[in-house]
Amino acid sequence: MFDLPTFIYVDSAIRGLLQGAVYGMMAIGLSIVFGVMKVVNFAHGEMLILGGYLAFMLYSWFALDPIIAIALIGPLMFAFGAVLQRTLVDKFIDRPQHQQFLLMIGMALVLVNGLDMIFGPDARGAHEVPYAFDSYEVGGIFIDAVRLYKAAAALVMVAFLFWFFKATRTGKAIRAAADNYRGALVVGLNVSRLYAITFGIGAACAGAAGCLLVLDDITPHAGPGFTLLAFTIVIIGGLGSMPGALLGGVLIGVSEAMAGVIFQPSLKSIFSYGLLILVLLFRPAGLMGKRA
Amino acid sequence: MNPSPRHDGGLAGLPRRALVALVVFAAALIAAPGFVDDYILSVLILGLYFALVGQAWNVMTGFCGQLSLGHALYIGLGAYTAGALFVRFEISPWIGLPVAMVVAGLAGALIGFLSFRFGIRGVYFALLTIAFAEFTRILFDHWGWVGGSSGLYLPVTERTQVDLWSLRGPLWMFYYVILAAVGLAFLVCRRLLNAKIGYYWLAIREDQEAAQAMGIDILRYKVLAVVVSAMMTAFGGVFYAFYYNQFYPETIFNIDKSIEILLGVIVGGIGTLFGPILGAFALAGIGEVLIWFQDLVGVRGLKLLTYGVVLMIIILAKPDGLWPWLRPLLGLGRRDRA
Amino acid sequence: MLEVRDLSKSFRGLKAVNGLGFRVEKGTIGALIGPNGAGKTTVFNLITGALKADSGQVLLDGREITGLRPDQACHAGIGRTFQVARPLAELSVEDNVIVGALRATGSVAEARQKARAVLDLLDFGREAEKPAHELTLPDRKRLEVAKALATGPRILLLDEVMAGLRPTETDRMVATFRRLNQETGLTILLIEHVMRAVMALSQSVTVINHGTLIASGKPETVVRDPAVLECYLGQEEDEAAHA
Repeated sequence: MFDLPTFIYVDSAIRGLLQGAVYGMMAIGLSIVFGVMKVVNFAHGEMLILGGYLAFMLYSWFALDPIIAIALIGPLMFAFGAVLQRTLVDKFIDRPQHQQFLLMIGMALVLVNGLDMIFGPDARGAHEVPYAFDSYEVGGIFIDAVRLYKAAAALVMVAFLFWFFKATRTGKAIRAAADNYRGALVVGLNVSRLYAITFGIGAACAGAAGCLLVLDDITPHAGPGFTLLAFTIVIIGGLGSMPGALLGGVLIGVSEAMAGVIFQPSLKSIFSYGLLILVLLFRPAGLMGKRA
Repeated sequence: MNPSPRHDGGLAGLPRRALVALVVFAAALIAAPGFVDDYILSVLILGLYFALVGQAWNVMTGFCGQLSLGHALYIGLGAYTAGALFVRFEISPWIGLPVAMVVAGLAGALIGFLSFRFGIRGVYFALLTIAFAEFTRILFDHWGWVGGSSGLYLPVTERTQVDLWSLRGPLWMFYYVILAAVGLAFLVCRRLLNAKIGYYWLAIREDQEAAQAMGIDILRYKVLAVVVSAMMTAFGGVFYAFYYNQFYPETIFNIDKSIEILLGVIVGGIGTLFGPILGAFALAGIGEVLIWFQDLVGVRGLKLLTYGVVLMIIILAKPDGLWPWLRPLLGLGRRDRA
Repeated sequence: MLEVRDLSKSFRGLKAVNGLGFRVEKGTIGALIGPNGAGKTTVFNLITGALKADSGQVLLDGREITGLRPDQACHAGIGRTFQVARPLAELSVEDNVIVGALRATGSVAEARQKARAVLDLLDFGREAEKPAHELTLPDRKRLEVAKALATGPRILLLDEVMAGLRPTETDRMVATFRRLNQETGLTILLIEHVMRAVMALSQSVTVINHGTLIASGKPETVVRDPAVLECYLGQEEDEAAHA
């Protein structure tokens, strides 16, 4: 089991780290939505896939690099999320939580199968980007350009999100509303609008992650898997915590990569789920989260 | 969710009209194999299967209020236990059934006890149920003794001779088995709902803290709900194994299956006795029409897409399901009867 | 019957209940009063097991019940209502009470009889079939009492059960409790702000503020105690100063 040369482990760890950055960015979207609105977006993975397919279309028709496409798809998904929140999700703020859960499950079914109907179940990917076969060498380890750029893009977006929530008025208002709903209303914040923005951000994160993932492969039916992955990351990192989501993403990314190499690729998720179970049982607030 | 259990216990308490309707419905179901073709029969079997597992899910989620999104776990455990015993040791499914139910019950007890002991509730609990199902899925994918990712295959013999002991036989044999199971499940649920355990489950569902203040040991009753639900679901799993004769971890433990189970219940009426049955049949029927249409037009995914839309509409407009709304319209009873 | 000894509870360094001790004699009606934020509901929660005490003891008929879970405390004989009524919303009034009555029996039929008796006692029989979420506030409060009563408690803990009621409704509640106490010997401990009820019902009064005991004794005596007036007036002065 442990008899592979060291550089394979290092290589895996690095791959995991880079992938983890993407995972982390995707998970931040989910984490924010739950942290602020207490809404569990069970269609998060499906929104990711939706973003991915949009990027794929732009790539097929215009040879537009998916990473660049984020500039278009991000705002588009933001709008989608905001509208979805206003028209549907908002109605469920006061309803029992499981109903809102089920609403999003329904949405997920619609998205997955809608995409299946349009694109078919086979894997699609943006494989012919100019840098598809480039790699960088660092101390004997080869790092794929694609992986590196994906991670870089993810980190740029994460940095943007951190800045948004720390420094802008809207961002601070959203955090205020998350901490104290009534208080926010009392001081005159338009909580409805803030919720729509938050959900939009969540959708945009998912969609952006989809754009990055389309550089590998996507299929409609990978949606639920990504939703679960996002939840795993968010729970482990701590619901409502952005650094937690990033940390969780990296943790999962690395553990999946290492498990894939040490054991078998097909077993990689078992560690994530095992960790999820342990965290849920013993520390549901996660590594860095506040009590939801 | 849906209100009170019955005050009166027996069938004698039902309004005359409802009793007649029930008898007619049961009679129609019993006589069905006599005058429908195999295709319709298979659709009815599907409907009954979902009625059974839906009813089982309803016990935990509808009666006791603990949302389970990983119920496929119990179907898989049921199927694999009885299936493996049959394939490996030629043990009859009728012996495999109680074993399967015990296995599922133990799994449920473990999950329930661990979760509730640590105060896990609501969303977190639902996620935990998913995690356990997924964990088990991957586990079985790598377990060679039961076939690993290739799955388990039951030897299929001719479908003309009735071998009830091994559950090999024609369609109508399976039909009556599942029909009996659904009938039994219905009666069991009715009994439970009208007994102390039912009242306690509903109390926990409505307000856990208030229930506790009234002397209810919530840990005990919540775990019981999970165990009963798991055991009933395993029954469905055993049926699945012997009816379809092949299954893989990838599909049988899949979250898709978990969602399938609850669709009918939500549409029919969560927390009611008849809702899961109504919903299961409605969706089975609509599903067949959609599949026919899908094949006709050559488009995939239409059935599940429609299910998604239906789920959203029901949750938005009639979150209590169709049965509580239909019931008074059909004059079959007051609003608060199951 | 109920004895609280040296009870303490802190929340994040803030002492909510501080070495509190008092008794409620069997068959009497006692009141626990004090200004807002005095810690009264916390005391209740400590007695009923909803909260775990940091130190101290709670004894019921000499038997220690400190640290029992709420359901275990209920079996030991503690019946409680919640300050904000918590009906089992989707169940009927009668079914709500049946749940309470099931504490002492496994038979639903028996529980139903007990429930009907309790409802009659509280003059609530007419509403038996109504879903609990359709009840008015005073009726919700009555349901809270009915639920707790149905569990067959040795002592009934009532948390501000008169709050929000009109004078006529208050009088009716008072009469019901007095009747219960006289006819069945039920021990009652109430948290109350409505002085009218406290004076009319209680045989002993315990005053607390900031989690500490201020005074204890007969209602007439306690009400005139300067320390008691101080903690109420003191609060008014604070409020006036900040206005």
